[in-house]
Amino acid sequence: MSEEILEVDGLTKVFNGTLTAVDHVSFSVAKGEVFGFLGPNGAGKTTAIHVLTTVLKPTEGKASVCGYDISANPGEVRASIGVVPQDYTSDEDLTGYENIILCGDLYGIPREVSKQRAEELLKLVELTDAKDKKVENYSGGMRRRLELACGLINRPTLLFLDEPTLGLDVQTRIAVWKYIRLMREEYNMTLFMTTHYLEEADSLCDRIAIIDNGKIVKIGKPEVLKASLGGDIMEITLNDDADATKLISKVKGVKGVKKSGAAYRIKLMNGEETAPEIMETLSSAGHKVIKLALTKPTLDEVYLEYTGRSMREAQEGAADVMRQRHILRRARRR
Amino acid sequence: MGSLNQVSKSRFHGLWALTNRELKKWYKAPFLLLMAIIQPVIWIGLFGKAMNIQAIFSSSPTSLPPPPDIPPQYLPALQEWIANISNQMFQGAFGTSDYFSFMAIGMLSFVIMFATMFSGMSIVWDRRLGFLNKVLSTPVARASIVLSKVLSTVIRALIQASIVLIVAYLLGLQFGADFRLWNLFGVFAALFLMSIGFSSLFIMIAIRSTRWETHMAVMNLLNLPLLFTSNSLFPTSYMPDWLQTVTKINPITYTTDAVRQLTLFATDMQQLTLDFTFLGIFAAVFTTIGILLSWKYLSR
Repeated sequence: MSEEILEVDGLTKVFNGTLTAVDHVSFSVAKGEVFGFLGPNGAGKTTAIHVLTTVLKPTEGKASVCGYDISANPGEVRASIGVVPQDYTSDEDLTGYENIILCGDLYGIPREVSKQRAEELLKLVELTDAKDKKVENYSGGMRRRLELACGLINRPTLLFLDEPTLGLDVQTRIAVWKYIRLMREEYNMTLFMTTHYLEEADSLCDRIAIIDNGKIVKIGKPEVLKASLGGDIMEITLNDDADATKLISKVKGVKGVKKSGAAYRIKLMNGEETAPEIMETLSSAGHKVIKLALTKPTLDEVYLEYTGRSMREAQEGAADVMRQRHILRRARRR
Repeated sequence: MGSLNQVSKSRFHGLWALTNRELKKWYKAPFLLLMAIIQPVIWIGLFGKAMNIQAIFSSSPTSLPPPPDIPPQYLPALQEWIANISNQMFQGAFGTSDYFSFMAIGMLSFVIMFATMFSGMSIVWDRRLGFLNKVLSTPVARASIVLSKVLSTVIRALIQASIVLIVAYLLGLQFGADFRLWNLFGVFAALFLMSIGFSSLFIMIAIRSTRWETHMAVMNLLNLPLLFTSNSLFPTSYMPDWLQTVTKINPITYTTDAVRQLTLFATDMQQLTLDFTFLGIFAAVFTTIGILLSWKYLSR
């Protein structure tokens, strides 16, 4: 049995007695695992994080973090977790270094220790050169990296990441993933994250829960979820018109073949391993493959399948959030 | 867990860190600091020197046409007599013969009130920008979050009030005959009680607010009425009865009176005790309510 770092049982949060943001959610996260909540905006991901990080009280249900109950021992829970919130919460008027030290003080870490850790973390997220600049001069990516560093100052057993790459461009996003992986290896942490980027869930998470309208609709490993949709698609074109359908169907892992002219659309499991076998079978029978394409189902389809909402809607929501935040920041400068 | 062992056991470990954060935002921004100094100076200059009420009383009778039935040799004596009467009227009304001094001390409360209004604003911003949620997820005591706002505001307000006092002195503030240097401790004690009470009050108003516009509107509704229903600009004894009732529950009245008793007037110990009792109760009640309410709303 692996040790459970996070255990959630029937967790529910109702706002004002009417709006159910989190609806009887149950799951558990094992030590060292990266667990992700995937869902569209407004699905209740952030509320779930707020409840689990003791910012909000649960309306119903139980949860324990690192063995401590979130309602009975919130102080112990807070001391053993790190939180990287969705918003840029660093103080813009302070420098990056001052922000990390402030976080250290909030956790009650002695100054000598937090100073040493701050240097180490700044190096890890490559902000050492910018540490004495005011945060208002940081780019979005730099601010995100600073948030990551702040979340690690107390060496948490469990780190919560709420939409860690929201609003970042693709390159910066990949860089942030790199830091998250690095941090995880360096400090041997368990990660709980929320995201509505499918690539992110796919590339970082060991297991994901698809959440919609406050409910978990599906939990599993990304590969398994994708496989549940029916496997990969391979498209080939041969240089002759002879019917190779039967030949292909015999290969282990092939689920179905459709022929149209010299082109075939093959449904198969484990695309990477099955495809070479098909190629071999075909060439040993004297066929020549002149075109080949292997597409794997993305979480996009999984997402659509279970939430009934398209990714585009969710992305538009994100654009709104960013616009709002931008306006807010400008207003603050006034 | 090794990391847990290193955590300090004090319940208020984050208090100074959060207070210092607020103060840093202020003293590390030269412009804000400059404004904080210039603003009260302008107020003192404008209110204190522009509203020269004293001049109305002491306008020289020589400019008036001489009364017809009085022989000219009595005129100087009459003029002196009139000047004396108006001076006594002024003294009776304001408790001092110098309106600028009267007003400058009233400005101290004014400055404190404006400085404390920001305690509420900063908590609205912290909520809006997500900083509040981040702090709530750390082991900092809930009371520390509110106390840090109160404490930083009090420090800022007292520094601004000190600047006003110094500037007023340079511009000609005349201390009363009873003034001793150690009276300044009393002055700061009164200002401290007022600022702690007011910043708790304004935080209380702000604690649930997520829009700074709303908070701003409430503040604008409150600030000038609070000022004008007190004795800081004009003695309350000339106000209509209903207004006098309002001034009697306005903490600014008691602060201003306490400070005037200590700096300008012949100190009336009974009155001073009453002032401090009221201010002490005001500060204690609102700080307690502020902390209790924030406890309630910070842990939803």
